[in-house]
Amino acid sequence: MSEAKKSTPVNAPVLYDEQNTFRGVSKRLFRENKIAVVSLIVILIFLLGAVFAPWLTEYGYEDIDAINRLGKPSKEHLLGTDELGRDVLTRMLYGSRISLLVGIVPTVISMLAGAALGIIAGYIGGRVDSIIMRLADIMLAFPSMLLAMVIMYTLGDGIINIFLALALVNWASVARIVRSETLKLRETEFVEAARSIGVSPFKIMRRHIMPNCIPSMIVLFTLNIPSAILSESSLSFLGLGIQKPMASWGLMVNTGRQYLYTAPWMSLAPSIAIMLIVLAFNFLGDGLRDVLDPHLKKQ
Amino acid sequence: MEKNALIAAKKLTVEFSLSGNKKVHAVSDVSLDVYEHEVLALVGESGCGKSTLGKAMVQLIRPTGGEVSFKGTPITGMSRKAFQEYRRQMQIVFQDPYASLDPRMSVRDIVAEPLETHCVCPTKAETTERVVELLKAVGLTSDHLYRYAHQFSGGQRQRIGIARAIALNPAFIVCDEPVSALDVSVQNQILNLLKDLQGRFGLTYLFISHDLSVVRFIADRVCVMFLGKLCELGDTETIYEKPMHPYTRFLLDAIPKADPHQRRGERLLLSGELPSPVNPPSGCRFHTRCPYATGKCKATEPPLHSVEGRLVACHLYE
Repeated sequence: MSEAKKSTPVNAPVLYDEQNTFRGVSKRLFRENKIAVVSLIVILIFLLGAVFAPWLTEYGYEDIDAINRLGKPSKEHLLGTDELGRDVLTRMLYGSRISLLVGIVPTVISMLAGAALGIIAGYIGGRVDSIIMRLADIMLAFPSMLLAMVIMYTLGDGIINIFLALALVNWASVARIVRSETLKLRETEFVEAARSIGVSPFKIMRRHIMPNCIPSMIVLFTLNIPSAILSESSLSFLGLGIQKPMASWGLMVNTGRQYLYTAPWMSLAPSIAIMLIVLAFNFLGDGLRDVLDPHLKKQ
Repeated sequence: MEKNALIAAKKLTVEFSLSGNKKVHAVSDVSLDVYEHEVLALVGESGCGKSTLGKAMVQLIRPTGGEVSFKGTPITGMSRKAFQEYRRQMQIVFQDPYASLDPRMSVRDIVAEPLETHCVCPTKAETTERVVELLKAVGLTSDHLYRYAHQFSGGQRQRIGIARAIALNPAFIVCDEPVSALDVSVQNQILNLLKDLQGRFGLTYLFISHDLSVVRFIADRVCVMFLGKLCELGDTETIYEKPMHPYTRFLLDAIPKADPHQRRGERLLLSGELPSPVNPPSGCRFHTRCPYATGKCKATEPPLHSVEGRLVACHLYE
């Protein structure tokens, strides 16, 4: 904080708003936060791997090399093979399609829905608040895994249904946190000032409350992605998520557990991938939060 | 000279509900006229309802009773849409310059917000131009446009707050303790700025403060409040020269004097605590702390009546 203040030249004119343009944000991200940039690259590599999986490997995700079951990492199978002799690297590439989608899509949906509902509940208050929050309480009262299982069971298998189930399970906690943040912000003088100007409630929520909720939302986002990836693996493990022989990282970790002593690569490889992607999102989130916070802005 | 009331409160009451049927009587039955182009100061100790009264005058807090009229038109109970026109005419400068500016908005966006809300300027470039004009009017420059609130000192922040308040050319501005959070050296600059702007734009201020020396400097008339009620209202000099209401005397006597020779041997000092606004005393609300209180003070509430060209609410002057 004091460092940021020191490095602000007092009289240098600032000619455009560096804070809120894409150019300004990316410039500062690159200049100030190397780890975040590395994380971004890691995420991009994973995404590219998911998109170009068929071109990156000579095997299909169902192809069985029957002689080479539980094979060690070798020239033919860089990360070894699993209990049916399928190439682990190939399955990881295909699995990343599911895992990345399941990590990102439901998290984004639940963040958007939760934030919108939380802000509305917190700002408008009264009956609207009670209705939204009681709904959230009901969602939170069930064990989330159980709830997701029930939803999957009712809706049937399929990736879209996984999105829905995980989004439905997660929005409530987001709404709660955003609501409490909103309650705090609602009483600040700058919101009162906006009201005194005559800014409409909707605009106050969009221009004043939402931007000030962003730091906690970024933290939530980076926390929810790994939990969504892992929830998917549990659902798949129970036979409610994606179906074999389709692969996902969570499913691979789970199957690999039985062979931890004989073929550790089976679960180790996807575990490391999950760890990498989670770390990358965490660091990227941290970096973005710093860059988006005017207080921490360095010149 | 006949004076026109720009904004007038009639029997204005603001109560906040607490749990268990209790109420905070923040402002009770206050009638107050603010004349055009004057600075009316509202003084009183913390918790006496000054800010609440100020905010209720501009409808930032919905009054529970009574009426506020602006240039003769009642504005209480107006719909949001209909009130929007009047909104432009009345603005607020807030007390805490650190909390009243959105930390995530640039100075340009903060000052442009009223302009955009009321669609004053047709294009973005014109809005920015107007913002620069406003910044210059409050002593800032266009170099400050894309900076953020935290990069400014308290005084500069308050200037931004003032620029935002005058953006729509309002007629009436409530200054809610605009200098109490600032250093003394900066207070002066801001007060001078406020005075200067008042002359230039023909503004009317309701100046809320607990600092009596500040009030003497800026105000044309002073209104003393105690626990949600008016005690005394009159021209600044008459009140400072000869305070009538016992509470006003206590307040003025509490101003520290720099010159030891001027200090009188005895000073009237107020004892006791401010009574709770949840349970205000009967009769005159000041009687529990007033050395001149009689049985009558306890029983009936003194109305505001005119004594020597001012209004006093005290049984001593009937």
